[in-house]
Amino acid sequence: MVVKKPNELTIGEAARALRARELTVRELWDACAAVAHAKNPELNAFLEIFDADEPAIAVAQARIDAEGESAPLLCGIPLAVKDNILIEGHIASAASKMLENYRATYDATVIKKLKAQNALFLGRTNMDEFAMGSSTEHSAFGPSRNPHDTSRVPGGSSGGSAAAVAAHLCIAALGTDTGGSIRQPAALTGLAGLKSTYGAVSRSGAIALGSSLDQIGPLAKTVEDARILYEAIRGEDPLDSTTIPDGLYPAHKVGKNLRIGVPRHLLGGSVDAGVRSAFEATLAALEKDGHTLIDVELPTSDYALAAYYVIMPAEASANLARLDGIRYGHAPRGATLLDDYILSRTEGFGEETRRRILLGTFVLSSGYIDAYYRKADAARSVLRREYNDAFEVCDVIAFPTTLSPAFRFGEKGDPLALYLEDIFTVTANLTGMPAISVPMGTVERDGKQLPVGIHFTAPHQAEETLFIIGESVEKTRDN
Amino acid sequence: MATTEEVKKLSTLARIRVDEADLEKFTSEFDAILAYVGQLEKLDLPQGREGEKPALRNVIRADGVPHEAEAFTKILAEQFPQREGDALSVKQIIIHD
Repeated sequence: MVVKKPNELTIGEAARALRARELTVRELWDACAAVAHAKNPELNAFLEIFDADEPAIAVAQARIDAEGESAPLLCGIPLAVKDNILIEGHIASAASKMLENYRATYDATVIKKLKAQNALFLGRTNMDEFAMGSSTEHSAFGPSRNPHDTSRVPGGSSGGSAAAVAAHLCIAALGTDTGGSIRQPAALTGLAGLKSTYGAVSRSGAIALGSSLDQIGPLAKTVEDARILYEAIRGEDPLDSTTIPDGLYPAHKVGKNLRIGVPRHLLGGSVDAGVRSAFEATLAALEKDGHTLIDVELPTSDYALAAYYVIMPAEASANLARLDGIRYGHAPRGATLLDDYILSRTEGFGEETRRRILLGTFVLSSGYIDAYYRKADAARSVLRREYNDAFEVCDVIAFPTTLSPAFRFGEKGDPLALYLEDIFTVTANLTGMPAISVPMGTVERDGKQLPVGIHFTAPHQAEETLFIIGESVEKTRDN
Repeated sequence: MATTEEVKKLSTLARIRVDEADLEKFTSEFDAILAYVGQLEKLDLPQGREGEKPALRNVIRADGVPHEAEAFTKILAEQFPQREGDALSVKQIIIHD
């Protein structure tokens, strides 16, 4: 029997070991911290590894000792947190020079909830600047590397969180997902990644990219872990008026066997042959396991990426307007107040951020707002309708999370090539529906086995259906 | 088609400077992106059946006192690039002769 090292455990396994007194909170922290310090120079997963918070470790241990089985599952578990989620007293830079020295003045709601469970925070993870990217190559502090092949990207924008969990530098992590930034890195590093229903998780304390699209969520070693983290952070929040109450959307009742909708018309020539065969094999295994496959049509999906690359930059340009070097952040000084703004923003923002701000300014400008923004918003409503129509005949919709396995650094040099990386994931953000990526095997490249993921979308508030199908995929993979 | 003049104008609006040397590159990348998102013009929206809006929209809360006065003053003032006491200093914009 292979015995796992403490840092290699899942949340479920670590929680059981802590309760069984096979492991102390301190030993678990030390195991993660030691590996994180040893491997981070190569992976650049963490922008900062925090010092051990001795009182927090002691309180977590005391709680497990006192409450035993009834202690929260996350009590004493070291987690990594993406650098755009605020932890009071710590830097939160969103991997930007603009916020390099910004120290969070309060806890994000998700952090408050995790602290209430006595979870521990190992460090803040690398990302594409302001979550704009799909590879972490746009971090102002150098890219993270994929633990499965360090010559390749870990995906993004939550690539640091993905690399940290996949290389067992921590037990699980939080990311944010605006167009696939949790699910795509999860797929490329062999993890489970969940983007919940828009409004299921509070965005208070997350540095905003696209406010109508953003959700905080888990990157985890198993679907069970993703569920544990999601359950811990979800819920209505007076600090985020877009959070939703339970039961806002009609319940979709499902049994053990699900109807899986497959939009075959979307799986044309651009999907890598290896990804395609892993996808078909996974579907066949799910069918054998008792699930049913159904063809579905989602014709407006062809326009989803175009709509996304209008709406997201529009919202990003508005959100990032607050960063002007006056109240906080990068603040060089010129001759006039206008120079102060221009210098701060020109020096503080990286190239991709500047590009998206200009694109957002363009699509919102008079003369273009009807052709671009209003049309994109209308497409979004149609997509929502099409998906809901499809959910009349199926319980989840499946496609591969990405077109191909992890790519090499620099391979997608032109911006549009990188945007196409999000083609399958953006629709769930546009419709606000929950979606999960679960590992579906590997594809070989240059003698290395690279993970790829299968993606499921469910109706609003049907996260439970995603966990059922995700665990089914894990079961078929293990058999 | 985006022109270098347009990109210059946008950068002025966005309070970002694009160097002359980068302007051509930026404009051509911009063009490719706009050509891609311009597909939307070809999208015929289905007639007769409305799209679907999110179930929760335009939430407004009553005015109130969110926290006691000065609860966050010190901690926020520590982030100010320039300050006088707890006040944020900025350049003078109105000159009195």
